[in-house]
Amino acid sequence: MVPLHYYLVLSAILFACGITGFLIKRNIITIFMSIELMLNAVNLSFVAFAARWHVLSGQVFVFFVMVVAAAESAVGLAIIIAVYRTRETLNVDQANLLKL
Amino acid sequence: MLHLILFSVFAVIAVAGALNLLIQRHPISSALSLIVVMGSLAVEYLLLGAEFVAAIQVIIYAGAIMVLFVFVIMLLNAGVEERTKGSKVALILGFPAMLAIGLLLAWVLVRAPNVGSVNIGAMYGPPKAIGWLLFHDFLLPFEVTSVLVLIAIMGAVVLASPVRSRFSKPQPEAESRQAFKVAAARDAAHEETISARRSS
Repeated sequence: MVPLHYYLVLSAILFACGITGFLIKRNIITIFMSIELMLNAVNLSFVAFAARWHVLSGQVFVFFVMVVAAAESAVGLAIIIAVYRTRETLNVDQANLLKL
Repeated sequence: MLHLILFSVFAVIAVAGALNLLIQRHPISSALSLIVVMGSLAVEYLLLGAEFVAAIQVIIYAGAIMVLFVFVIMLLNAGVEERTKGSKVALILGFPAMLAIGLLLAWVLVRAPNVGSVNIGAMYGPPKAIGWLLFHDFLLPFEVTSVLVLIAIMGAVVLASPVRSRFSKPQPEAESRQAFKVAAARDAAHEETISARRSS
């Protein structure tokens, strides 16, 4: 028996780690990995709720989240390749064409 | 008790992997620690009895998406992250923000009314039942995701393929004029041979 709180708190910790990675990382690929970490944390709480109330819909939602994550990472990594071709850098601080 | 021990062990591994993702400065190290997080999350799903989700977690996330990441890291030859002025500001502001968000979320969750507890393997979700749900109750979202994946494939191909006109050097004018002259002379010679054949 594990209280549901534990799963939710683990999910919150992982989500906070993902937010921090998004904020402190300067490498665009690592920022992308932080987004994947946040999606994983949300998946964990989906599955925990589904197991607590014995509803299979939670697992179907996890499936949809994974599909969206796969599509997002495919397009995002293509964008990273395009940015690297034009700017020759992966640092987000140097992609500043829109800055005044 | 066994459930709690297994949960704690893999929760610690997951959090350690997530923190290692933040600490490491080379993208490959971050990618490997993210794979550790995903593997231990798959074990957590198995503990909850969600076997299908655990399997697709390993196959799709650790198998497909992370391979894509590693592939791009290798392709772009990404090196160690540089330290910039922005990264110092982000470090100073980022960790307090992480603590604040994490504590706030944990506080809200712990203060919530008793939501009960889960047994080991509490959920019986065979792939058959999930497939039935997917193709009956969630048929429209499922079809929409297939369109989404199709669009993502096309977008990835369009974005990642090299654009010739933008990246190739424009031909110098004199050179192109010279090429035009050569081509015109060749065409004239060709027409002459044709007319000569016809007359003969």
